[in-house]
Amino acid sequence: MSDEVTAEILSTHILDLARQGKRLDGRTPDEYRRVEVEPGFVVTADGSALARIGDTTVLSGIKLEPGKPYPDTPNAGVLTTNAELIPLSSPTFEPGPPHPRAIEVSRVVDRAIRAAETIDLKKLCVTPGEKCWSCFVDIHVLDHSGNLIDAASLAALGALTHATLPQKRFGIAEHDIPLAVAHFPVECTFTRLGETIVVDATFDEEKAGQGRVTIATDEAGNIVAMQKGLIGAFSPEDVKEMAERAFRHGDRLRAIARGV
Amino acid sequence: MGNVGAKEIPELFGPDGLRTDGRRPDELRPLKITAGPLHQADGSAFVEWGFNKVMAAVYGPREVHPRHLQENHKAIVQCRYNMAAFSVDERKRPGLDRRSQEISKVIAEAFESVIFAEEYPRTSVDVYIEVLQANAGTRCAGVVAASVALADAGIPMVDLLPAVAVGKVGGKLVLDLNKLEDNFGEADLPMALVPQSGRLVLMQMEGHMHRDELGQALDMGVAGCRGIYEKMKAALRDRYAVAPVGASTGAAQ
Repeated sequence: MSDEVTAEILSTHILDLARQGKRLDGRTPDEYRRVEVEPGFVVTADGSALARIGDTTVLSGIKLEPGKPYPDTPNAGVLTTNAELIPLSSPTFEPGPPHPRAIEVSRVVDRAIRAAETIDLKKLCVTPGEKCWSCFVDIHVLDHSGNLIDAASLAALGALTHATLPQKRFGIAEHDIPLAVAHFPVECTFTRLGETIVVDATFDEEKAGQGRVTIATDEAGNIVAMQKGLIGAFSPEDVKEMAERAFRHGDRLRAIARGV
Repeated sequence: MGNVGAKEIPELFGPDGLRTDGRRPDELRPLKITAGPLHQADGSAFVEWGFNKVMAAVYGPREVHPRHLQENHKAIVQCRYNMAAFSVDERKRPGLDRRSQEISKVIAEAFESVIFAEEYPRTSVDVYIEVLQANAGTRCAGVVAASVALADAGIPMVDLLPAVAVGKVGGKLVLDLNKLEDNFGEADLPMALVPQSGRLVLMQMEGHMHRDELGQALDMGVAGCRGIYEKMKAALRDRYAVAPVGASTGAAQ
């Protein structure tokens, strides 16, 4: 019960601050925490990146292996994205089958990567209908201090950008080549705190929040995925404004994920 | 969207600018809503929308199962969106796949945004959506059906929740995608509107939509939702209309 009471007091305080355009950690409503992407964190992976947004830490690793194309896309490779919210990252995560919120993170990240055509899957075809590359993007949340979707998306993009096609290991060619990344989608997530809409909410802000919207943008001015989640409502004007903000942040986040 | 390596994209507009099923870009498919077709449920609705057939039932507010999900200060909303194995061309493996679980989550959250949950602490409002025949737009059909079912169950809410998808097909924005447009279109943006506040409580999007098109797409969806809203109200009125005194009706036996 005392936990509930402190949570309630904290939420009320966060909402009070938001009304004045302020946040608990001193940021403005349109400011991210410090964002870092560290590529090559895991050498056993064909590509990897550790993404940090403030205290939130997410690791993504890529594995590429030969597989069989799906019957309905014989000329394309296979892309699979999976996010695990492992119990070590938060007292609120429990072992067991994937929780809907983990499925949501996976699917929202996957949707952006897929819709943006981040990887040209046709280039992952080896023999049409017979053999292709299967690209597995695995995402491990290590420290959940809010805004998992953006951190997962940055980790995944960072890992893909620096991935290698392990042709030598599987006897497909003499040399390994870099995985060809064609587009660079990043997700930008907003949380409603009263009438203020903040970007990059912390764990406590998410708990106080009244709805969440994620907008994924690419480098060419396209919106490639959106997702409204949690309990809350947004007007079309809110959505348009968040989209503009997502493009503004997107360009900077893209550069960080690509390491350019 | 999911057409990597797929066959040729068919022609999606006729020479007259109409769509494959003869609709204008901003026209809905035929929509029929029946309130209260089921007897065991506290509330129910059946929606036939284009070639979609979706049944929804609501139970509750009732005891929470599993118990540990119970909240002391409000009701929770649990939703199960499920597609029947025979609802699609190729048999779908029964049970909730990841897509269904994600849709169930966002639909539950959409309804929890409009239900006065604090009036029923320590209870659950269970919303079941069964897609019996699928033809693009089943999550929106499910939201419409579930919303009418919630009203039929007498659950207090801010408003009904009309829902529709806006898509981009052959470079043009269209309302309420059909199956062919869903398969070969460039973008899909399903949304659910609270008509009273003009705010969206469900919104997802996949594909490619340029930043300059977003505003028009949202406006088109909101207008579509307002049309659906009228049909939802009419369905509830049909179910609960009381015949004027003296008029004889065969239905009320």
